[in-house]
Amino acid sequence: MNQFPLLTAILLIPLLAIFILIALPRKAAQQIRSVAAVATTLPLLLAIYAYVTYDFAVGGMQFVERIPWIKDLGVSYALGVDGISLPMLLLTTLIGVSAVFSSWNIRQRSKEFFVLLLILLTGVAGTFITTDLFIFLLFYEMVVIPIYIMVLIWGSTKRVSKEYAGMKLTIYLLIGSAFMLVGIIALYLQAYPAGQRTFDMQVLAQANLLGSLPEGFQIGAFFLLLLGFGSLLSMVPFHSWSPDGYAGAPTAVSMIHAGVLKKIGGYGLIRIGLLILPLGAKFWAPVIAVLAVGNVLYAAFIALVQKDLKYVIGYSSVSHMGYVLIGFAALNVTGINGAVANMFAHGVMSALFFAMIGFVYEKTHTRHIPDMGGLAHQMPHIAVGFMLAGMASLGLPGLVGFIPEFTIFVGAFSVYPVCAVAAVSGIIFTALYVLRLLANVLFGPRQEKFDDCPDAAGVELVPLFVLGTAIVLFGVFPQLLLGMINSTVAPLMPFFSQLHEAAPVLIGGWF
Amino acid sequence: MNIAVLTSELALFALASLVLVLDLILPKDLSRRSLGYLAVVGLAGVFAYTCTLYGRTEFFLPGIFTLDNFAVFFKQVFLLAVGLSILFSFEYVERLAGYQGEFYALLLLALCGMMMMVSATDLLTLFISIELMSISFYILVGMNFNNKKSSEAGVKYLVLGSLSSAAMLYGISWVYGACGSIVLGEIAQTYTATPAMLLGMSLILTGLCFKMAVVPLHLWAPDVYEGAPIPITAVLAMSSETAAIAACLRVFLEAFAPLQGYWLPLVSGAAVLSMIVGNVAAIWQSDVKRLLAYSSISQAGYMLSGLIAANAAGVKGTMFYGMLYVFANVGAFAVVTAVQQNSGASTVRSFSGLAQRAPFLAAVMLVSLLSMAGIPPMAGFAGKLYLFTAVAEQGYLWVAMVGFLMSMISVYYYLLVVKAMYMHKAEAEEPFVSGVSLRLAAGIGLFFTLLLGVYPEPLAALSTIAAAVLW
Repeated sequence: MNQFPLLTAILLIPLLAIFILIALPRKAAQQIRSVAAVATTLPLLLAIYAYVTYDFAVGGMQFVERIPWIKDLGVSYALGVDGISLPMLLLTTLIGVSAVFSSWNIRQRSKEFFVLLLILLTGVAGTFITTDLFIFLLFYEMVVIPIYIMVLIWGSTKRVSKEYAGMKLTIYLLIGSAFMLVGIIALYLQAYPAGQRTFDMQVLAQANLLGSLPEGFQIGAFFLLLLGFGSLLSMVPFHSWSPDGYAGAPTAVSMIHAGVLKKIGGYGLIRIGLLILPLGAKFWAPVIAVLAVGNVLYAAFIALVQKDLKYVIGYSSVSHMGYVLIGFAALNVTGINGAVANMFAHGVMSALFFAMIGFVYEKTHTRHIPDMGGLAHQMPHIAVGFMLAGMASLGLPGLVGFIPEFTIFVGAFSVYPVCAVAAVSGIIFTALYVLRLLANVLFGPRQEKFDDCPDAAGVELVPLFVLGTAIVLFGVFPQLLLGMINSTVAPLMPFFSQLHEAAPVLIGGWF
Repeated sequence: MNIAVLTSELALFALASLVLVLDLILPKDLSRRSLGYLAVVGLAGVFAYTCTLYGRTEFFLPGIFTLDNFAVFFKQVFLLAVGLSILFSFEYVERLAGYQGEFYALLLLALCGMMMMVSATDLLTLFISIELMSISFYILVGMNFNNKKSSEAGVKYLVLGSLSSAAMLYGISWVYGACGSIVLGEIAQTYTATPAMLLGMSLILTGLCFKMAVVPLHLWAPDVYEGAPIPITAVLAMSSETAAIAACLRVFLEAFAPLQGYWLPLVSGAAVLSMIVGNVAAIWQSDVKRLLAYSSISQAGYMLSGLIAANAAGVKGTMFYGMLYVFANVGAFAVVTAVQQNSGASTVRSFSGLAQRAPFLAAVMLVSLLSMAGIPPMAGFAGKLYLFTAVAEQGYLWVAMVGFLMSMISVYYYLLVVKAMYMHKAEAEEPFVSGVSLRLAAGIGLFFTLLLGVYPEPLAALSTIAAAVLW
């Protein structure tokens, strides 16, 4: 086993950088952003190293660290990654680097900006790599407040004011997390008798087998978790914070929020909802499947009529989360594989989208689609980024988006044929709004008024390079991604078949 | 009779007298700040002494005054609260019109009263210590003679406080009539569930609830908190409330434990209503002191919910929360003091641009407010987790649900302050001045709020030990 505390290093490097940043003078903009760049690049390298050296033959949690932390609650500082969390960790660090470089030109209060950004990234990375529910909660809620402050200071007011957008986003997530907290406390108290209680997720996952979690309890607790994670994942009808929030937020926050933060919702549903409360998941799966179709179609329809670039991508991300949910609801190996892979795929492409929108807005000072056109003439680099993200988004084979969506449909079709067919039709609408956006923004006759706008150049190309590489690499070699995820999900096969064979639940199988 | 049990209280009394005498001796035109330093150093000494008191159970006279882990823990909470409050308010107190010696002396006497409250094991000693605390506070609240609101607050607190004391004393007489004793342990043995007993018990609960400002006996709090000098507001919020809750824990778990069926609905109703009313009413406040007053009403509700669990885990939750609440409040009130000194007001607007004028203080305010709201990794989260796990374990999951929902709602009004600090531009151009001791107190608050949030183990272990003595 690896002796170097790799995962702790991934968490500590940004924290260390925060202290360095606090010590730096405000005016030292160049040093400040360099420190931030280093503090995000090192974790990326470490995450890649972990990804490459993850031992498939052994499987399970690797790079494990465990220190008893709060004994009377049964909390330990436990870190570890498996095939589900490693892609999420990689995604976080990829987007971290890209977010820093796409905020390279932040002039206003850059010190505070990068401090908050690093707190945010640490929080997100922490939720994915901890295996202790308490530590998970610590990191989970740590991210909410920095986002609020960043939206307030560096956000933009368009259709709704940034104060409104920031507060809406914060309140939605916090109220959701209140329900989730109650669910987790109930779970903590129910799973084991006093004295043996623990927040260790793997131990909690054994409680169901021991029979200490009756079905009625699981259904109630899963519902509370679904409220929390569902609102984070922007599940219909808890999605309305998402487009407003992204439109109000600065580029880096939109990237991180749409790219990884939302994924905590899906990750939590799988890691806590499914693995600890399987009967609850089984009970609610049909409802989730129906809501997921709502996500896919409803959000896609709305995206069709948006005029603000960020709103299009905001609704598009709500729509894509529907695919994740439907893959989850299938509750089989294929579906979960697809759901996790799609979270990764959507993370990369939405972050690239928001980065490119940020650049366009920075140079042209508009996000209003009817005002744009022919930008490919002046900004070929940005156009490449847009095309990559757009094509991945509509599921072009050979890019990262195709295989995960395909896997989801395969997994879901056997369980919810009607919902799956409805969701497949969502691809058509996705193609519609993406192509419409690309055509209206990038192509068409050259417009004189944009001639003075420079193309992205120098370090600004880092997000395009980093995220573009991921999009193509994992698109051409999907096995890199799916193999990793499958190594953890496939061993769950008996778990799923047992779940489906279990005695019929109260109102199971609605469709 | 074991006089040594009273050492820390006697030391405080001596300290208060010394401050008064020195105030008379010192030349008129000499700064009185030395008195403040003396008080802080004295309190630090007493605090160090109380650290040696853990692990004993000793009586002054059996059944009247006990020194046990429970009492020592709360004594330390109050010592910290008052010591840190004095530390951040030297400049502020100098601006109060004269009477600095009296200010420090009365504050120390109030502290003495609080420290006796948590040791009192009979109802009369309890009453006397509550009066020692309250009467000192009546004067202190009205001590800002330049401000009409302060005088109004002083009179309001005096009138309403006397009423509640009267009610409590009346209740004690009924309890004595019903079971022939005022000693907590004896009441528990000779109790009868007669109407007289229940009337007495509920009147005592009324008196204590008034002091902790829980709904529906909270109406005095916003006006008094707004009018009082800031350090007094801070001490009222941090320790007078906590002292009443600690006394409530001891009285109801020792004397009235068999009558649980009668008082539990009252207590849970008061706790839940406080969480709701405090947090909802705070949304409309434009003055940060008033906002913190409403927030403290809801915090009292959280702390009182430890009594709903009525077991060691619940008491431990309350104790843990009481301690971390001190650190959060020290941070918040230190910043309010600094803002008040610089802009002359404590409205939300006067916090505008604080993040750029004084980034450190803005960060302290942010962390303190988030701790009160219970957002991790601040200490408030661990505190709420301990409290609500204990409550939920006794089958009151709905209380935990209300508690968590309300703490998320509270984030809304805390964020309004955050918004002013971080987003709005400063209205004044001149540099922001704050004293070293103020920043030190704020820094202590910040440090412990973060430390206890990330690593609550030591304090949790200590409060487990301290809570165990009630069983």
